[in-house]
Parts: sequence; structure tokens; C-alpha cells
Amino acid sequence: MAEKSLMKGNEALAEAAIRAGCKCFFGYPITPQTEISAYLSKRMPKVGGTFLQAESEVAAINMVYGCAGSGIRCMTSSSSPGISLKAEGISYIAGADLPCVIIDVVRGGPGLGGIQPSQADYWQITKGLAHGDFHVLVYAPSSVQEMADMVAKAFDMADEYRMPAIILADGLLGQMMEPVEFADEEIKMSDASNKPWAANGHKGQRKHNIINSLYLQPQELEDKVVERFKRYEDIKANHTMAVADYCDDADIVVVAYGSTARLAKSAVDAARKEGLKVGMFRPVTLWPFPEKELQEATKNAKKILTVEMSMGQMIHDVKLAVNCSKPVEFYGRTGGIIPAPADILKKIKEMGGNK
Amino acid sequence: MKLKKLTVITGHYGSGKTNVSVNLALEASKAGQKCTVIDLDIVNPYFRTADFEELFRENGITLKTPQYANSNLDIPALGISVKGILDESDCVIIDVGGDDEGAKALGRYAKIISECDDKEMLYVINKCRYLTKEPEEALALMREIETAGSIECTGIINNTNLGSETDESIIENSLGYAREVASAAGLPIRFTTGKAEFLTNVTDNPLPIEIYVKTLWN
Repeated sequence: MAEKSLMKGNEALAEAAIRAGCKCFFGYPITPQTEISAYLSKRMPKVGGTFLQAESEVAAINMVYGCAGSGIRCMTSSSSPGISLKAEGISYIAGADLPCVIIDVVRGGPGLGGIQPSQADYWQITKGLAHGDFHVLVYAPSSVQEMADMVAKAFDMADEYRMPAIILADGLLGQMMEPVEFADEEIKMSDASNKPWAANGHKGQRKHNIINSLYLQPQELEDKVVERFKRYEDIKANHTMAVADYCDDADIVVVAYGSTARLAKSAVDAARKEGLKVGMFRPVTLWPFPEKELQEATKNAKKILTVEMSMGQMIHDVKLAVNCSKPVEFYGRTGGIIPAPADILKKIKEMGGNK
Repeated sequence: MKLKKLTVITGHYGSGKTNVSVNLALEASKAGQKCTVIDLDIVNPYFRTADFEELFRENGITLKTPQYANSNLDIPALGISVKGILDESDCVIIDVGGDDEGAKALGRYAKIISECDDKEMLYVINKCRYLTKEPEEALALMREIETAGSIECTGIINNTNLGSETDESIIENSLGYAREVASAAGLPIRFTTGKAEFLTNVTDNPLPIEIYVKTLWN
């Protein structure tokens, strides 16, 4: 077994990217994710990769567009306002069917907002990232170890389905330190990392490849989009992830993701100690949202409580997943305020959590 | 335990400087010293000594922070008169930000620090921290910090820990590493820190500490 290290979430994401075969990183600093850039600026040159601090977020995402088109595993990272700036580029990357990994370490918003943790980018990342008919894969880790483990998965899925994958973290996850372990063996990339479509020089040996997101003929564009949505259906059917704890006999199921899931879990553990029948459901993929898993976890529940570090965004996906068949209540804090486990427990009791 | 007039705590970010600073301040306060902690961490707006205001107040420790600490502004404005604070206190601890970037903030106070003749400049190491796991890496970073902060370290604090998974063996496995860093740097190991129960077999100046920097869900 490999030796464990103490790492910040941001550092773990960066190291995991290198181990997953990411050869190019294009970034621009912004709190609370700057350690990703700082770390890769030191490590990338040592492994023969490229670290480039671009002149802006817009430049960085367009460098990813070009790099991904050449078939190389590449990544960029930012925090909320920076992700808004990258939006146009992400739409182009999705429209050109290119794989890449993007990290959003969310801070309070809107506008410049604040630098403390938040989950207020949920809508943006899972629904309205940019113009056009498209989705991105969204992963929401809740520990430093999971941040490390999820990067290779994100790269593999991005390659497999030729689309951007986003790791949605928050300032708390990015900044906190936890023990983390990386496997000694080299990570084996999936077969999809061989990219016959890449525009990387045909050397007179094959027909040239074209990377493009412009389709002026409506039928051609519709066919492209429909083909893409068939891939999305396949992902929805086969690649949702969630963790359910003590849901079988629960009257109330608490739903939370990311660092908020850690806070909520600690409230649920406290509730269980008091004999209250409360369960915990943590979506790990946010797009696609683990609907089947949530339906299963809440089939015996009378009520659902969604906890978020926002004014309530995921709550709509929760309501849709259960078809509004039972009451879905909300507890959240925003602006960089972190919900306290004691306050979550109080809300559970107000909802009538029974023994 | 009494501290010198000035103790400067530097190290890799994440090495545990803040938790060490809090423990040293409480030790000094217990020994009857009027102690002031200066939070000079302009690098990390998240976990820092400025989070311990209440604990300090209860123990009669004064805390000085940069003007915008714990606000939403990540402006590294200092506005702190170290000279005045030294005159008013029995002992002063400066908790410096991580790495050479954090140590740059010390440069401004280099003259006052060099004029203080009762001081210690301690470099905190943690064998479990990525990028300082090897003695050579830890030593190289110390040199970078010394250059950036215009200081010369006078001792090593071995604060090796793996967060919540720290145990006796983690600390004992770090003793050789700490000795190597100290010997290569030509400096003494001032303290080997850890929870008291993990230090029973430690002879390199053991200093039992409490863990004050905690996660919100524990």
C-alpha cells in the first residue's frame, strides 16, 4: 500500500491530474483554487508536461480547446467568476466533441461575490453553463481522497464520451487538508485515450481530421446535436453515482453533496444517536443527477431535506427526481457562510424527525 | 514554558504552523508571559490564527491580524507595527504564511527582527506533507523561505502529522527524517510536537500539543 500524505484538496486535484496523464494545464489564478496552478507550475515541468499561466480565463479555456483537439489530456481550473468567463469556450469544446477536465472550486457569488466557500454555481454548472444544447459531466467529491480519485475517472469519461467533465468542488474542499493516498502503480488510461479523431498531424498517412463547432446547414447541426444527446442518454442510464447511508428505515432523508454532505452527515449521525430515523443521500454525479438512486433511497421516507451552501438550487433536481411525491424542504446558508451541523440537526427536528 | 522575546514560525504551507503557534502562545501564557500573536499569513485566507480570537481572549493572549483578515477581501495589507508590539509584550509569536511567498511579508520587518537579540526563528516540518517528504526537499524550502523573508532559521520544529490519522508510529517514523533535516541545516530540533500519548518514546525535545485547527464536521 502506498504511503499516505497530508494534502490540500487543491493539491490533490493537481497531483491526480498528473497521474491521470494530463500533459497540459492552462490556468489563471483566483482564490480559492490558486494552489492548483501553484502546484502544477512546480510539478508539470518535472514530468515533461506544460504548465501555462494564460493572460485570462478566456485565453486559458481556448488553449484547452486547441490542446484537447490535438488529443492530449488537458485541464484548466478556476473559481466561480472565472468559470463564467470560460463559458463561451466550454460551449465550443462541447460543440466540437472534445474531452477535457475543468475544475470549479466554488466561492460566494454573484458578481465578484466573496472568497469563502459556496455551492451557488450548481445551476450554472449542471444546467446553464453556456449557450446551446449540451451537457457536461459533473462530479462532486466530498473529501480530499475522493478529489484525488475522481480526476482519473473524469478524464476517462471525458475521453469515452468526447465531452468536457467538470469537477465541482468548493472553497472548503479546496483548502482543507486530509490524508490522501495515491496508488503506487501507474494509472492505466482507458482505450478511449487513443484518439483517431485528433488533429495532431496526419504526416501524409491518413485523411486530415477537422475540429469544428460550426454547422451552417440546420439538418447537419440537428443531426450532430441529436447524436450527442443519444450519448447523454447512455451516460444517464449507466454512469450515475451516489452514496446512501441509513436510508432504508428513514422517515427523513437528508440530501447534500460536496463538503455540505460532510456537514449534513455529521448532523445525521447525531440524529441517529438520538434515535431519530434519519438517512443521508449524497449525489456524487450532479449531471447526470442520480434520480433512480434517490428514488430508491427515499421510497420509505415521508419527507426529504435538501441542504446546500446556496439559496437552494439542487433542491429542484431532488423534487424532479421524486416527482414531487413527497415534501422536499430546504436548509441552506450562502455568501460564504457554512451551515453548522447543529443547525441542520435543528431543522431535522423541526421537520418532526421521529424515533 | 517561557518563550523568547520574539519567536518567528515559518514553514511549508500545511505543515501546521498555525496549530504550533497557538500551542506555543498558550504555553507562554500559562508560564505567566504577556504574549502577542501576530498573524502574518497573507497567503491563505482560510485556516489561520485569526480564527482563534476567542480562545486567545480567554487566555489573555493578544492577537494582531492584517487589516482585512477573515473578511472577504484577499488584500495582503499588513498595517502592523511589530516594533510597538515588541515593546508592549513579554513575548511575541509571528505566525508567517506558507512557503517563500508567505515569508516575503517578513521582509518588511527584517530590520526590527534583526535588532531583536532575544529571538528564535523556527522552521516547521512535516514528513507527511507532499513535496517536503524528503529531507532535501524540506531543506531546500527552508533556504527559499530564508531568502524571501531575509531571515536565518535557528531551529527546527518537527510537527509531523497525518491530520486525523496521526498516531505514535507516524511521529516515531519521522524522527530520523527530522534529524537529517536538522543536521543538514546545522540546526537543533527545538521541539518534536504531537498529542502527549504519541510522544512517550520521543526524546528529541518532545512538546505535547493539542489540536486546535479542526474541521467543521468533527
